[in-house]
Amino acid sequence: MSALLDIEDLEVMFGGRSAAVRGASLQVEKGETHCLVGESGCGKSVTALSIMNLLARGGRRSAKRMSFAGTDLLSLSDREMARLRGNRISMIFQEPMTSLNPAFTIGSQMAEVLTRHKGGSRTAALERAVELMGRVGITAPEMRLGQFPHQLSGGLRQRVMIAMALMCDPELLVADEPTTALDVTVQAQILRLLATLKRELGLAILLITHDLGIVARVADRVSVMYAGEVVERAPTAELFRSPQHPYTRGLLSCVPVPGRVQRDRPLGSIPGVVPAIGPGFAGCAFRSRCSHADASCEREIPRRQAGSAHDYLCRLAPEFSEPQPA
Amino acid sequence: MSVAIEVQNLRCEFRVNAGWFAAEKRVIAVDDVTFSVPAGSVLGIVGESGCGKSTLARLILGLLKPTAGTVLVDGKRLFDLDRKARARLIQPVFQDPFASLNPRHRIKDIVALPLTAQGTFSRAEIERRVAQILERVGLSAAMGERMPSQLSGGQRQRAAIARALVLEPRIVICDEPTSALDVSVQAQILNLLADLRRDLGLTYLFISHNLAVVEHVASEVAVMYLGRFVERNETDALFRAPGHPYTQALLQSVLTPEPGRGVPDIGLGDAMPDPANIPPGCRFNPRCGIAVERCRRVAPTPMVRAPQGMVECHLA
Repeated sequence: MSALLDIEDLEVMFGGRSAAVRGASLQVEKGETHCLVGESGCGKSVTALSIMNLLARGGRRSAKRMSFAGTDLLSLSDREMARLRGNRISMIFQEPMTSLNPAFTIGSQMAEVLTRHKGGSRTAALERAVELMGRVGITAPEMRLGQFPHQLSGGLRQRVMIAMALMCDPELLVADEPTTALDVTVQAQILRLLATLKRELGLAILLITHDLGIVARVADRVSVMYAGEVVERAPTAELFRSPQHPYTRGLLSCVPVPGRVQRDRPLGSIPGVVPAIGPGFAGCAFRSRCSHADASCEREIPRRQAGSAHDYLCRLAPEFSEPQPA
Repeated sequence: MSVAIEVQNLRCEFRVNAGWFAAEKRVIAVDDVTFSVPAGSVLGIVGESGCGKSTLARLILGLLKPTAGTVLVDGKRLFDLDRKARARLIQPVFQDPFASLNPRHRIKDIVALPLTAQGTFSRAEIERRVAQILERVGLSAAMGERMPSQLSGGQRQRAAIARALVLEPRIVICDEPTSALDVSVQAQILNLLADLRRDLGLTYLFISHNLAVVEHVASEVAVMYLGRFVERNETDALFRAPGHPYTQALLQSVLTPEPGRGVPDIGLGDAMPDPANIPPGCRFNPRCGIAVERCRRVAPTPMVRAPQGMVECHLA
């Protein structure tokens, strides 16, 4: 069975100079939560936007394959893509305030999604909006229909965004840092909600995050991105048990874990910064920050297998031990 | 041990317009807060957005005038000091190094500004001190020549730390210093702050919404809810045996990188706290899973909690 979303060798260029995504491959199966994890600038949001064909002006995408439920996304016209977007693939963003229109009521924004894609009456659409708001845990949904975004708290706005994304029963929800702007308590509630929706509606979720805590708790599978490449892919438990790429290992050592704190010992950290990647860059993009790097890292890097569903981009042979700081 | 920061019955109210025709509302951002921070230690303050943590930071920095109560920094009343003396005593590091550095100045001029503003340092002395502090925070001399836009987020936060420390203050107020940074950079900055504190004998007030970070850096932690400290204790004790249901919920909501454990149900409900509308009785009662009748009527008073903390809960 082929994946619901199947991307192979995605390249995204801006203005022909900088490569934001360089040969990233990503498969999201039906009904799974797939986390795309990485730090700012690694290309994870650009990957999501290129799936939706929503790249900013000057951005160009190309790929060996980019298909959704058997449909080739690259060959779709703008109009065909618009029919898919918000309908079979929905997206929610980090800051719900900027993605809701401040001048329209919650009700009219939610109803529009349904009437635009599926037709039908406004009344029916509003009924559906009330039903979904109840489902995502919004109290007094009828009252919310007439409210404006600024009258809602951040957590409520994100719930509205999720409810709106579900209006047309999508098969895939792309969530770009959906809880980063929220308090930890609200974050836990929203993540629980996403997990419930996935279970009950069979929704596939591509969750983009920088937070390894979120990844560990919600993902079925993980793709780790660094400097425009997917450097490691694995089922969640396996990634945390035996991370292979030095970047993944370094990232894991940076996270302070409550209850295991040693206050006098420094946290692990990754020295240096992400290098600027121009055209013609070859070899491993992590080599300037990696303690294992040698001259061979400047050549093409093999993708190695560390398990049936676990691969990584590094010249080092797999090691199966406790995670070590890089 | 001497006391670096002493806060007594501190209160801060704002008046806000609720609308063109609505009556003015009173927002109590900080409500009768009392605590002290021993010199050389780190007090972590945690709480959700809108709980008053940043207002508290501004009060201690002397950027806001309290409605009531006093702030003593190094034994002195802040409002008795002029701005220059205050700047020598206490300095801030803010969350967003993109917003807190002037985009039109070179890094070394930004770092030099506190010295220049004092008006008592020679140009050679300023140059010497700037070079010294830049090196101390891990920025090269070449970085000093650059503009903020040419630096990464972590480098900018290093520059902000250099600016805070160039006057050799005793106390630094860190308000979410790593929240805008990536985890790998966050670790670098936390390690740097820890080194500086140890080497220079600094006292930190460390404000963060990230409990894992606070646990790592703080010797004592205070949990703030709607303007009050609802619990305060030594870090290990607080994390091992949280007394307040709100502290418990906050701790539960930390997602540790442990696969297979799922996302916990913290049972806080949807009633978001509103500082313009503080509920009667215990201010946490609408969100509390174990509240009883008394919690809705009577506000709890601080109770002593071992080893040297307090908690404000009828049921703790």
